[in-house]
Amino acid sequence: MNNNMYNAIKHHLSDNILLGYSSGSLPEAFSLMVASHISLCSTCRAQLESFDAIGGEVLNSSVETDTPMASDSLNATLALIREGPTHKPVPSRIDDRVLPKPIQDYIGGGLADVKWRAVGMGVKQAILPTSDAASARLLFIPAGAAMPDHGHQGLELTMVLQGAFKDEDDYFARGDVEMADSEIHHTPIADINEDCICLVVSDARLKFDGLIPKIMQRFAQM
Amino acid sequence: MFMVLDIAAKQQLPVVDMASTFAMRQTRMNENKNKRMLWVNHIERIRDQKDQTAFAELFEHFAPRIKGFLIKSGANLSLAEECSQEVMATCWHKAHMFDPSRASVATWIFTIARNRKIDVLRKERRPEPEELTWGPEEEPDQTDVMVIQQESEQLGRAIADLPEVQRDLIKKAYFGDLTHSEIAAQTGLPLGTIKSRIRLALDRLRHEVK
Repeated sequence: MNNNMYNAIKHHLSDNILLGYSSGSLPEAFSLMVASHISLCSTCRAQLESFDAIGGEVLNSSVETDTPMASDSLNATLALIREGPTHKPVPSRIDDRVLPKPIQDYIGGGLADVKWRAVGMGVKQAILPTSDAASARLLFIPAGAAMPDHGHQGLELTMVLQGAFKDEDDYFARGDVEMADSEIHHTPIADINEDCICLVVSDARLKFDGLIPKIMQRFAQM
Repeated sequence: MFMVLDIAAKQQLPVVDMASTFAMRQTRMNENKNKRMLWVNHIERIRDQKDQTAFAELFEHFAPRIKGFLIKSGANLSLAEECSQEVMATCWHKAHMFDPSRASVATWIFTIARNRKIDVLRKERRPEPEELTWGPEEEPDQTDVMVIQQESEQLGRAIADLPEVQRDLIKKAYFGDLTHSEIAAQTGLPLGTIKSRIRLALDRLRHEVK
């Protein structure tokens, strides 16, 4: 256990994203981002589980008489239980200092198993197979190189997995998430000390309408 | 301790002055609080004794609510019925995974139902965070359990006390499909205390990922 690591994360997921994960309404690629970040960040895990707690209260206070179960339902469920748990083969975690388990599950292995494709200037990427609603990929930027200028529309989240990058205002290290919408134009540069590997998810259609600062302010006051 | 609570919850607590809304409210609060612990006890009975009576009571309370949740999420009646049964069966099989110092039973069941919703209605892969495993202490501290269950009760009351418009928005955020900006426009709930309690619970767990 290394608490310093957790405290070191400075750039977290927004409440909208965590709430979206909690309610099960995010596109798969964004769920992958949340699951990966949560694997590294106790602060966001606690926030997510607080949103789950609201979900639990909403469930608990809902009116059950509107939707009664079928008359033989309990017996059918007990029969289901006797059949035993439906085992889905869960791939075991590989000891990998870069990829958290949710990403390992998409790679089918660790960092050494990533099938990179060169995109020029030493930059490489690997598309992760998610549903079409949004895209996810791993990006490799050589130390000291500029991130490729990839014009995007809508929301894009970038989380550092190895190395670091900096833009005009900020420095992003392992676990930090940078959030950019189509209005942000910047040229992040990978830190000189190490090649930078990031998880990038984007969705042209997922727009947050400038509400992020507002909700952030509200929760910051808690 | 659970036995004591069990009995207390079943007792009709006398309300001496019916006009005293405060006393009535206190009574209701205590009953609710004990009910939370009672559900925790139900999961433990299912886990330790494969107790079908405990399961039947859990089923009676939660199954129709899960069904309602799935219908509002777009499932038809028969799919919702089938999935609710599966969710309840999962509660039985995964009873050993429930951590009562981190969540209420309702919250735990909500996450199982939500996962089932994604599996069945969205038919997508569902990336999950790395599980945190228990450190040297194997069992959660009973005081921590009581506190988080109380916090859950208070959160429930805070939601109930919201103006109706806001409460409906929250329900829709979890039960319907609101767009993200609509979701963002709501809440303002006092999550501070429950979040810090959950954080404490998380910090006791072993963090494998560095």
